[in-house]
Amino acid sequence: MNEIFGTLGLQNTSFIFQLLIVLVKIAVVIAVTMLHVAYATYFERKVIGHMQVRLGPMRVGPHGLLQPIADGVKLFFKEDIIPTAADKTIFQIAPLVAVFATLSSLAVIPFFETFYIANINVGILYLFAMSSLGAYSIIMSGWSSNSKYSFLGGLRSSAQVVSYEIAMAFSLVSIMLMAGSLNLVEIVQAQQQYWYGMYLFPQIVAYVVFMIAAFAETNRTPFDLPEAESELVAGYFVEYSGMRFALFFLGEYIGMIVMSSLAVVCFWGGWTIPPILTQLFPFLSNIPGIFWFIIKVYFHIFLFYWVRATLPRYRYDKLMALGWKILIPVALGNLVVTSIIKYIF
Amino acid sequence: MLPQVFFAYFAIVTIALSLIIITRKNPVHSVLWMLVLFFHIAGLYLFLNAEFIAAVQVILYAGAVLVLFLFVIMMLNLKEELSSERFIGEWPIGVALGLSILLFVFFSISKFIAGPSGEFTIERILKETHTKAIGKVLYTEYILPFEVASLILLIAIVGAIVLAKKRT
Repeated sequence: MNEIFGTLGLQNTSFIFQLLIVLVKIAVVIAVTMLHVAYATYFERKVIGHMQVRLGPMRVGPHGLLQPIADGVKLFFKEDIIPTAADKTIFQIAPLVAVFATLSSLAVIPFFETFYIANINVGILYLFAMSSLGAYSIIMSGWSSNSKYSFLGGLRSSAQVVSYEIAMAFSLVSIMLMAGSLNLVEIVQAQQQYWYGMYLFPQIVAYVVFMIAAFAETNRTPFDLPEAESELVAGYFVEYSGMRFALFFLGEYIGMIVMSSLAVVCFWGGWTIPPILTQLFPFLSNIPGIFWFIIKVYFHIFLFYWVRATLPRYRYDKLMALGWKILIPVALGNLVVTSIIKYIF
Repeated sequence: MLPQVFFAYFAIVTIALSLIIITRKNPVHSVLWMLVLFFHIAGLYLFLNAEFIAAVQVILYAGAVLVLFLFVIMMLNLKEELSSERFIGEWPIGVALGLSILLFVFFSISKFIAGPSGEFTIERILKETHTKAIGKVLYTEYILPFEVASLILLIAIVGAIVLAKKRT
């Protein structure tokens, strides 16, 4: 072993240094995301509370600001119950897979021009691969709990995630065509060729399809059928408690952040602002890109809450019909039109 | 040194996982081990600079094919499955056949001559990106086999729908 490390270190002294930089970047991204998740739950309750003319959490700290910390401590110290009839190993791994799949998606998201953990040529495909891994956590938890509610919830949810993945992929294929690249950084840079600096306007159809699919992928209202509490109690994670239950929540919220970031990167020009704005107001170019990126991501996260407070839950057969009979044909049609226009011009 | 270590890891783990998959009693466990196997095969593709194939390997095999496997297997009667024998009685013959093929490969490997390298060198693929290179070749030189393959898949889909929706 010493020989391996020796050759590594001697051949390339900057190797260890680079490794350290990457590790620090990962730590920064994970820490910032975790804080965002904690306060995303707080803002969700606040936003929905105010939309329903309530106050939301008010008791813990000023305006309930310490509520997420109290919730975290509570969940952390709760007893971890594993049903006797459960398949123990899979039951324990499933929530970890949920968090792992969404956290590793963050690796390819470019937060601003020079800050990303990995800038790979198949960035979008990597995100698809990780989101398909997320479906396994649902199936694994639903099956291993050995309970009818979890099993039905798991079946429903995995069918939903797998079918909406197709619509989402097709909507992003038109973005790949427009940018001529699968690299997320290049996609953002390609959007600067327009004076409005985003693919949102030429690809509005793809954007709508993408957002609907993103709601279904992250199991959010109006597509939160696995958690339809009036029929399935809590769906695939009904048997989970304490920390493992919290991990599923963590996965869902990180998934929301990943989907919002992907929407921002592919449709809203990422960390850039429309070139016309920088021409009219030159001082705007002094503001770091991360600021614009975060504003756009916050808007999308707010959109998730807004829809949740507004829309009722969809019926399951309608959900599948929407995915297969409307979203996929629309995305395919958009793809055909995009490629024809791209070929002519 | 580093590439060899990576290759050794992926190769050994791939073989070990394949053995684990066929010896599990519980079919759901087999499928989940297969998921791990697919990720390691994707790692091998990455090792060959084939990033597009690696991503597609995970998306298609892990994301679509294996999920359908799981759907079917989850519906099985597990209690029956767990008590039945894992292998049929003739398994020693199968092992002997497999080992003999392995021996053939082992002795013929010294006679292996690498073919002439094509126009796609590693440098060119790195410059052009793997996705672009594979797309160009697939949609120009190999367009006919590609379309034939998609037609066969279409026939399979139509056949499945016809069988499932058969009027009785």
